[in-house]
Amino acid sequence: MSRIYLSESQNRRISAHLESAYPHEGAGFLLGHFVDGYIAATDVVIDDVIPSENSSAEDERHHRFVMTPQAWMRLEDEADRRGLRLVGCFHSHPDAPAIPSAFDREHALPNFLYMIVSVNAGRAGELRSWEISRDNQVEHICAVVSDDEWRKIMKWQTVN
Amino acid sequence: MAKIRIPTPLRAFTGGAADIDVAGATVGAALSSLVEQHPELRDHLFEKDELRSFVNVFIGDEDIRFLQGLDTEIAAGESLRIIPSIAGGRG
Repeated sequence: MSRIYLSESQNRRISAHLESAYPHEGAGFLLGHFVDGYIAATDVVIDDVIPSENSSAEDERHHRFVMTPQAWMRLEDEADRRGLRLVGCFHSHPDAPAIPSAFDREHALPNFLYMIVSVNAGRAGELRSWEISRDNQVEHICAVVSDDEWRKIMKWQTVN
Repeated sequence: MAKIRIPTPLRAFTGGAADIDVAGATVGAALSSLVEQHPELRDHLFEKDELRSFVNVFIGDEDIRFLQGLDTEIAAGESLRIIPSIAGGRG
């Protein structure tokens, strides 16, 4: 992955969900596809953002999120039906920076995008996108584009 | 012969294949058959010889941890599914 394209509308949906979860962590899934011919062959366009329930224990939700295996199955099946990929997830770091924590690294999947949003005093702030492993993290550029620009990008040839 | 469905992020280690045919009469044997065919998967599924804590294996709607774990018997034609636990947080 090199560049992630997110529309302004999707960005607002992510922010609204994570702000509503505050002071707990909020989370959700990202459905998307790889784009051939736009900037780089490995660019990713986000087609849909799907807010999910944080299933961690009530007294852990201020610093943890967990999504159930059932939520994963539902979303992966939906992605397959729609010809998309389950490319990643998003979650908030309430009153903390949008960088992977040791806990994030410990639980990271390979080839999966982790979008992290810092939510400070209830307001969504910085959004950063990462590929994470136990001993490494690579940041990818997240381009938030207008809805019109996003629709243009969607017309480029896709590769799954 | 049973079938294992691979989660999207791990399909990079199966040449993009979503479903892999595996041999074996138990979940453990089926997973061994899977990593024999695709050795790069091993480190993502196992910690030594145990399933990593955030790797779940389902048969239908049943998590094998609530059955007999890796010793759970499987029938020919059974479909297994590997599901990662998605977790994280600010620490």
